[in-house]
Amino acid sequence: MNSLASLRDIKQRIDSTEKTKHITKAMEMVSASKMSKAEENARSFVPYSEKLQEVVAHIAAHSDATHPMLQKRDVKKTGYVIVTSDRGLAGAYNSNILRTFHQTVEKRHTSKDEYTIIAIGRIGYEFCKKRDLPVVKSILGLADQPNFADIKKLASETVQMYTDEEIDELVIFYNHYVSAISQVVTTKTLLPITDIEAGETGSVESQYEYEPSEETILKTLLPQYAESLIYGALLDGKASEHAARMTAMKNATDNAEELIDDLTLAYNRARQAGITQEITEIIGGVAALE
Amino acid sequence: MKTLEVSVVTPDGPVLEDNFEMVVCKAENGEIGILPQHIPLVTPLDIGEVRLKSGNDTKFVAVNGGFLEVRPDKVTILAQSAEKAEDIDVARAEQAKKRAEDRLQSKQDHIDFQRAELSLKRAMNRLRVAQR
Repeated sequence: MNSLASLRDIKQRIDSTEKTKHITKAMEMVSASKMSKAEENARSFVPYSEKLQEVVAHIAAHSDATHPMLQKRDVKKTGYVIVTSDRGLAGAYNSNILRTFHQTVEKRHTSKDEYTIIAIGRIGYEFCKKRDLPVVKSILGLADQPNFADIKKLASETVQMYTDEEIDELVIFYNHYVSAISQVVTTKTLLPITDIEAGETGSVESQYEYEPSEETILKTLLPQYAESLIYGALLDGKASEHAARMTAMKNATDNAEELIDDLTLAYNRARQAGITQEITEIIGGVAALE
Repeated sequence: MKTLEVSVVTPDGPVLEDNFEMVVCKAENGEIGILPQHIPLVTPLDIGEVRLKSGNDTKFVAVNGGFLEVRPDKVTILAQSAEKAEDIDVARAEQAKKRAEDRLQSKQDHIDFQRAELSLKRAMNRLRVAQR
């Protein structure tokens, strides 16, 4: 009777693995569609950011106008923006960012007064809370396809912190979406704005009129530009999140399938062994009667 | 009649891309009208309406701040948010207006006051454009 019980056990395990597989398969498909939507959002953001960058680069290259956001100053306090997800089950998506972030902080700072954290996403927020790191602002429970309006407040307050000289540098950590199977942890210094390439400025309209003046324009343009950079990183991060989750779920589905195959083999063996044993018993019984 | 290529771009994607004969928008120093062959220009915009004219037809877009970039044959408006008159959610704008008014009534600190004032301005701008 032993073999029958283990047969039932194996059957049960096959059934439960089958159910898990259905769930992970469904999650994989949901993530795939969210990913393509997020990719599209990131793409529709490109014209805006490119144009903005072009104008900023143009002013920076062609005029003497300066602005605190374009100038480096002594760093007394650094602001870190970390973009993580709200939910888990996304493979190494969050742990990669948090590891890089933690290493950077350990390396650069000796005291908690030297930096402050702006957390986007629950996982990053809880990571910092658990380690008692200084989080000044956070935004949790963002939609899967966020709008600019969703993070406008956070972005402008963060940029305002730089303007008020509460922080002297703003660094962002996020996963850059390379492709559906590859996301790279990226660290970028958003403020002060340093890496503006002049682009192709040799074109005909190389000289703009600035109304009322370059300084005034920079004053409104640069915060808008910095905010857009944060939003861009968020969109990139969201696309990566869905991609990472999709891959993680695909792996889980594949593993479940493999497990089911192994279990089915074990099940058939056990069944076969049971039958063989029964036949042996019958033959043995018949032999004893003769 | 010569035309200008106009595009209104926001972080959530382009709102409008079309050809028009004239663009009128509200810059920080007052209204500004752009015709084809305008000198290259960059100027910040106020919260206000943008009028896009072609023939006898005029289109309205509600723009919440942002920038105007003009080239001889192309006008780009970069704003953090913008809506065509027909896309405006009037109910939502009414709500936002009411919320902002309530906040202005209950006197709070300076920053909140400024923010409420701005959102009131945006809501009223949306409502005005929606009624066009």
